[in-house]
Amino acid sequence: MNNVEILEKLGGVFHEVFDDTIDVKPELTAKDVDEWDSLAHIRLMLSVERAFQIKFSASEIGKLKNVGELAELIGRKVQ
Amino acid sequence: MSNSIYTELSWLANPPANFSLACKGLLEGERNSIGQRLRSLASFALNENQLNRLAKATENLRRAGAELAPLTPFRLGVLSNSTTDYIAPALVATALRYGISLECIRADYDQTIQEALSADSTINAAKPDAVLIGVDYRALPIRSKPGDAEAARASIDAAFDYLETIRRGIKEHSGAICIVQTLAPAPEPIFGSFDRVLPGTAGYIVDALNRRLAESVLGTDDVLLDVARLAETVGLAEWHSPTQWNLARLPFSNAFLPLYADHVSRIVGALRGKSRRCLVLDLDNTVWGGVIGDDGLEGIQCAQGDATGEAFLSVQRLALELRDRGIVLAVSSKNNDDVARSPFRNHPEMLLREDHIAVFQANWNDKATNIKAIAEELSLGLESMVLLDDNPAERGLVRQILPEVAVPELPADPALYARTLSAAGYFESVAFSKEDSARATFYQDNARRVSLQKQAGDVDAYLASLNMEITFQPFNAAGRSRITQLINKSNQFNLTTRRYSEAEIAQIEGDSNCLTLQVRLADSLGDNGMISAVICRKASFSEWAIDTWLMSCRVLGRRVENMVLGEILEHARRNEIRTLTGVYLPTGRNSLVQDHYQKLGFTQTGSQPDGATTWELDVRSAQVEPAPMVVKSLGFEIGEAAPIR
Repeated sequence: MNNVEILEKLGGVFHEVFDDTIDVKPELTAKDVDEWDSLAHIRLMLSVERAFQIKFSASEIGKLKNVGELAELIGRKVQ
Repeated sequence: MSNSIYTELSWLANPPANFSLACKGLLEGERNSIGQRLRSLASFALNENQLNRLAKATENLRRAGAELAPLTPFRLGVLSNSTTDYIAPALVATALRYGISLECIRADYDQTIQEALSADSTINAAKPDAVLIGVDYRALPIRSKPGDAEAARASIDAAFDYLETIRRGIKEHSGAICIVQTLAPAPEPIFGSFDRVLPGTAGYIVDALNRRLAESVLGTDDVLLDVARLAETVGLAEWHSPTQWNLARLPFSNAFLPLYADHVSRIVGALRGKSRRCLVLDLDNTVWGGVIGDDGLEGIQCAQGDATGEAFLSVQRLALELRDRGIVLAVSSKNNDDVARSPFRNHPEMLLREDHIAVFQANWNDKATNIKAIAEELSLGLESMVLLDDNPAERGLVRQILPEVAVPELPADPALYARTLSAAGYFESVAFSKEDSARATFYQDNARRVSLQKQAGDVDAYLASLNMEITFQPFNAAGRSRITQLINKSNQFNLTTRRYSEAEIAQIEGDSNCLTLQVRLADSLGDNGMISAVICRKASFSEWAIDTWLMSCRVLGRRVENMVLGEILEHARRNEIRTLTGVYLPTGRNSLVQDHYQKLGFTQTGSQPDGATTWELDVRSAQVEPAPMVVKSLGFEIGEAAPIR
């Protein structure tokens, strides 16, 4: 799975968790999305786990800065 | 996997692809019948994100002052030692499924005792109808001290008293009912199996505490939510997710949030009289294996000692157990009345008997109409009814025309029917009275039949929504064994009941004086396979006689027979046939098709003392009322037929 494919699939997950109008791009951060609070973050990460059939550790979930980093982390796990 | 029945809420239909859009649509556009629309969106198997979306839409509508009737308002306080924001939206959305417009009043994280004991706390000040004490074992003063019976008792008392204090505080300050949870034990033992033996282990304390909690609600207004049983049902190791607890204080794995919310909502529904009261059973392939009208008393499967038979017996056993606790049983079956009743009267292995059934509707009407008649006969609302039926098309029809009726989806394996029905929790109850146990005998010796009613709704619109595709082919080697099976098995929709061996069918295949049709039907619910067979023989240079016409009763009411006649006429015209003749030969089992030819516009030309009738149709002037389906005509020698619309 390449980065473009990951971002596209990730877009689907974001649209399920948040409003489906947000533009999912690597620079996107939690600050840009109203509903993206700490609980929504957990919900998002659990939804990502399910969609990509991967698991994150607590430290991985805490460290991410933006969608780009999340996509990279997914990329390392799905290989 | 059997566990997915629970995690996926598999008794509910999957949400439509446009679910998000439908949620948005509630906020825009017209605000009529919002309550019903919310409930119908909640009636699908929604995941956590979908529940959230629906909850958000509901709360926005409420804020905008939208009229949510006929939903019943209910105010629920939620106390928890974990993140209440996590469960509250799921509760709001799931309660809609039970006809409840739920308002959640949340206490701050881990403020349980303060909230309960202070008169002006958020929860007490709101004067809710009920308060969910959603604490798990981590919130309670449980001190494990293996081997110390005295310390164990003290620890059980301390934990119980802690919960009692909360309950008393709430009662005193708000007057609300408390929903008390049992505790799901942690799956990590210290000794192993010995944990349950030795007083003072955490497992031992939780066991004893759960028992005591259950006893403490009996005879009070408070009710129990048996989380321990729920967690054991799906597996404690699945239920408790250490990662999710550490990360976000989720009290149980988020995979079970929809299931947990459904269980809370059942209790709330039961408190408001929303539990269902009547189970309507389909018969063929639901209560027994096989089709009584075709397979006969000896052919149906409901015997002990046979795996398939036992699967169906477990459905019967569950129905009887429900009846013993006051659930009324009824039957709705597409059958002749006497044929449908014969296993109840004469099959030695049947557990269900006629006097267990309050209303027995066996006829050829659509099920929506019959269920409406049953509800009226029992003076019950449609929202009290549950229909158990193996046929997805019947389920879809009833859901569309009578959305108030609960119709569980069923898995392919009948061994899981009883479990699925039970998992759906339609008959959740918070009390059991003398009247409940007496209700069953109230209907003793009944098995009444209600006269046929006017059609309950727009069946045609439902049929059109099925996107049916009918395929005609002449008999061929590939279809031969199924054709032979149909010809030798069909008894009900069978005009002549002429039986042919596979060798005879092979011969008919090659006979240039015969027109043969094998008919398949597919729809948006799946492929029904081969469902009809026809043999016409050339009787003179301009006449075809219909030797055999039969159909599987599974597709009754779809107007397949109209399409079949249309196809026969198409071929007749190409072969310059002018007259089509048919005969009805009564067998005692095929009265269903007594008027078959009359309904299709044939003229009667004769009748015999034994009830046989002969019919004729003028090919050139014949008109067929078509049904909404796409027609495919394959493999006929004289060119491919044009689709008939």
